Amino acid sequence: MTAVDQHPAAAFEDNDQKPVGHGRMLRKEDPRFIRGKGRFCDDVQLPGMLHLAILRSPVAHARIVSIDTSAAEAHPKVKAVVTGAALAEMGLAWMPTLSGDVQAVLATDKVRFQGQEVAFVVAEDRYAARDALELIDVEYDLLEPVIDARRALDPSAPVIRDDLDGKRNNHVFDWETGDEAATEAVFAAADVAVTQDIVYPRVHPAPMETCGSVADYDRIDGRLTLWSTTQAPHAHRTLYAIVAGLPEHKIRVISPDLGGGFGGKVPIYPGYVCSIVASIVTGKPVKWMEDRSENLTSTGFARDYIMRGEIAATRDGRILAVRTNVLADHGAFNGVAAPVKYPAGFFGVFTGSYDLEAAYCKMTAVYTNKAPGGVAYACSFRITEAVYLIERLVDCLAYELKMDPVELRIKNFIQPEQFPYKTKTGWVYDSGDYEPTMRKAMEIAGYDELRAEQVERRARGELMGIGISFFTEAVGAGPRKDMDILGLGMADGCELRVHPTGKAVVRLSVQSQGQGHETTFAQIVAEEIGIPPADIDVVHGDTDQTPFGLGTYGSRSTPVSGAAAALVARKVRDKARLIASGMLEVSVADLEWQKGSFHVKGDPTKSVTIQDIAMRAHGAGDLPEGVEGGLEAQICYNPENLTYPHGAYICVVDIDPGTAQVKVRRFIAVDDCGTRINPMIIEGQVHGGLTDGVGMALMEMIAFDEDGNCLGGSLMDYLIPTSLEVPDWETGFTVTPSPHHPIGAKGVGESATVGSPPAIVNAVVDALKPFGIRHADMPLTPSRVWDAMRGAPQPPI
Amino acid sequence: MTVNGEEVTREIEGRLLLIHFLRDHLGLTGTHWGCDTSNCGTCVVWLDGEPVKSCTVLAAMAGGHEVRTVEDLEQDGKLDPVQQGFMECHGLQCGFCTPGMMMTARALLDRNPDPSAQEIREAISGQICRCTGYATIVRSVQWAAAHEAGSRTDETDSPETVATGTAS
Ligand code: FES
Ligand code: FES
Repeated sequence: MTAVDQHPAAAFEDNDQKPVGHGRMLRKEDPRFIRGKGRFCDDVQLPGMLHLAILRSPVAHARIVSIDTSAAEAHPKVKAVVTGAALAEMGLAWMPTLSGDVQAVLATDKVRFQGQEVAFVVAEDRYAARDALELIDVEYDLLEPVIDARRALDPSAPVIRDDLDGKRNNHVFDWETGDEAATEAVFAAADVAVTQDIVYPRVHPAPMETCGSVADYDRIDGRLTLWSTTQAPHAHRTLYAIVAGLPEHKIRVISPDLGGGFGGKVPIYPGYVCSIVASIVTGKPVKWMEDRSENLTSTGFARDYIMRGEIAATRDGRILAVRTNVLADHGAFNGVAAPVKYPAGFFGVFTGSYDLEAAYCKMTAVYTNKAPGGVAYACSFRITEAVYLIERLVDCLAYELKMDPVELRIKNFIQPEQFPYKTKTGWVYDSGDYEPTMRKAMEIAGYDELRAEQVERRARGELMGIGISFFTEAVGAGPRKDMDILGLGMADGCELRVHPTGKAVVRLSVQSQGQGHETTFAQIVAEEIGIPPADIDVVHGDTDQTPFGLGTYGSRSTPVSGAAAALVARKVRDKARLIASGMLEVSVADLEWQKGSFHVKGDPTKSVTIQDIAMRAHGAGDLPEGVEGGLEAQICYNPENLTYPHGAYICVVDIDPGTAQVKVRRFIAVDDCGTRINPMIIEGQVHGGLTDGVGMALMEMIAFDEDGNCLGGSLMDYLIPTSLEVPDWETGFTVTPSPHHPIGAKGVGESATVGSPPAIVNAVVDALKPFGIRHADMPLTPSRVWDAMRGAPQPPI
Repeated sequence: MTVNGEEVTREIEGRLLLIHFLRDHLGLTGTHWGCDTSNCGTCVVWLDGEPVKSCTVLAAMAGGHEVRTVEDLEQDGKLDPVQQGFMECHGLQCGFCTPGMMMTARALLDRNPDPSAQEIREAISGQICRCTGYATIVRSVQWAAAHEAGSRTDETDSPETVATGTAS
């Protein structure tokens, strides 16, 4: 046994970098996690708690003929067995999705994807609940499944959603953006046009903690407490009120520590609703925790876009226009979690970081017999797909023009003086200075040397590739005039209360799935009012204790709630200034603020600290006229625009010519997320996203066979990078503050997940150049790279 | 069996997994569960000093043996250097994989007090972290190696981040 000779509580005292505000600071949440004292959903144990397990469909498409639950009900440890028919009697068999469709809580008429919820059992322990599932007998009448999205609109395809009135096909929506005619005109006149079919396969966020909930309904006062793995506790509370008809003030949603989310914990899943129903029915607390295969087969997938991209340019490499046609596979229910007016999320930013003359996108979304979802896995509302499309297209263009991909990008960047820049699809980029970021990445990578090395290696028959991507993201949804989810505006509340002794509590509407909110938000407030972060408690993830807001996803915490935290602190500071003027007997105009105290202009010896002011605010002495006691404030922040972080990524790969195995040798990521609050946390966010990128580019895919069997239903089939598949990341940064965010910060949580896949694929394709390859689809597994080396890359679906 | 130095005796079902015994019966919820197939390693504990995946061990099989979990890393109010290293080097984000990672790291350092980055990566390669991208976990273990009681590199600074940047 070895131990550090130091008391744990002193850990932070010994951190020599204890910024009162922005800067590298160790995390306030870590002491509980490193002791195994985190409180995750499955850690919640209540007296008399029962366990719920869900019976799922083994087939992709079938009519339910009958369900016999008698044997399960007879199991001595079983307390309840509930089917869709029973839920229908309560009016709960269907629930609204986040995008205005409906989804079955438990199937009543048909099952529409493998893994769909059919019935649930509530029993005394989790093993007995699973045993009883085996005793339920369901008779299915098999129907032809629709698995290939390309076939979904074929008139002969079976109709999946015959539950919808008058539905005669599998069409979900058509959507377009940009100017079709103007784009056509530019293409018609362009020197060069390149067309490329590009698939972004279905992947899954697969956080290490699966989804689950513990529902505790109190029959006497009608109060429901729900611990659940949710990234959006307030939005969920409102939805439960609407779905279950429970009064909202009687519902408390607690999002405890979450073992990762990545967008997979934004939707309401049937399991949550089942646990609520089970607690109401049994009068006992009920826990539901899904297993890994349930997680992978039934919760929100990501991507699944089949894209045709076109790019037009002059012969000397001036990009003129981009056009794309997308077929979007939405699965059996349209459960996309995106602002209502954005059925394709923010895919409209597919014009990337380039100054174009025209752009156009046409998209069709279809139902298939697969799990619902679409917006998840740190995608920033489909910007992953958009960035992948444009960054692959630019590389295809570079290939045709025989230009260096960096040179081509730099030549077409939006210039710093063009910001705020309105894109041809209507997005207003707030700020950016792209070339220095690109140059910084080249400098860290040693770009010219790498190209020289590549020439030498190629001459020796070795396969080395260098891939570039440059992305602009649009994060921080969003302005309430444009953005809402099911009618709930995307503004965020925040409250700050300073106690008499100068310690503070800040209450956030967003919560953390690992991003470190307890640290970052304490630092934001500390920077504004000068109270040390250690003295600021951050409360989040409990609807009874926090103001309303829409939750953590789409990299929105810092852009929206971070702004709210800074502004609420300034509000407190403004009040403190009034009190200080009374204490120092000078006018407000004669006071100067120095982080943590006010002093009289020209006389720094006459000063009061924020702690003195807090005591006076709660104390007995007189306050200036018109000033109420107490030192606290509340705010609801409505962002005026999104924030637009950007970044330049360079990936170096080596491919084994004998096995076609891709090895990521180096990865250089230079991110610009504006003002940097805690660089350590930012770096961590980037590292995690880069690993996602390696996963998607090289390993991960939720595949199906022609019968609709999910082939990615376990971590043996759905491969996630381990420590051996990823390199030691090399990171750097530039700082271009957001002009409209109160502290100039932009979101960063998803930048690397969005930006890295094209860099890796571009590197692999670059390595395969000797084989005449211009494109190969993800995931670039050895067998798929092998096909590409034979000159025949295959689409994954 | 002995769990974290304490003798425990319970009547259990033969099929009960060690992970569920620790979590549901003993309330030791620091050890986590993350997959059905022995792939994720969030469940790693020590069985007679060896890191094992407790989802793949029957509780009954651990009868008569010594089990050690994350809750035992801190001794007499003193953090293990591995715990401290994870805090110093941002080796955790959501904290879900962390207990398993730390148990493996502790076992590694007991056998090899000065592991290379590659040796650390190999040691944790049977475990998945979805948040950190592993580099900070490697740094955390290196920090612990450098700060072990009596270590010759006791004075080493924490491995710095390689981020470099400019403001524009
Ligand atoms: S729970 Fe995944 S390996 Fe044990
Ligand atoms: S810290 Fe979240 S899985 Fe490792």
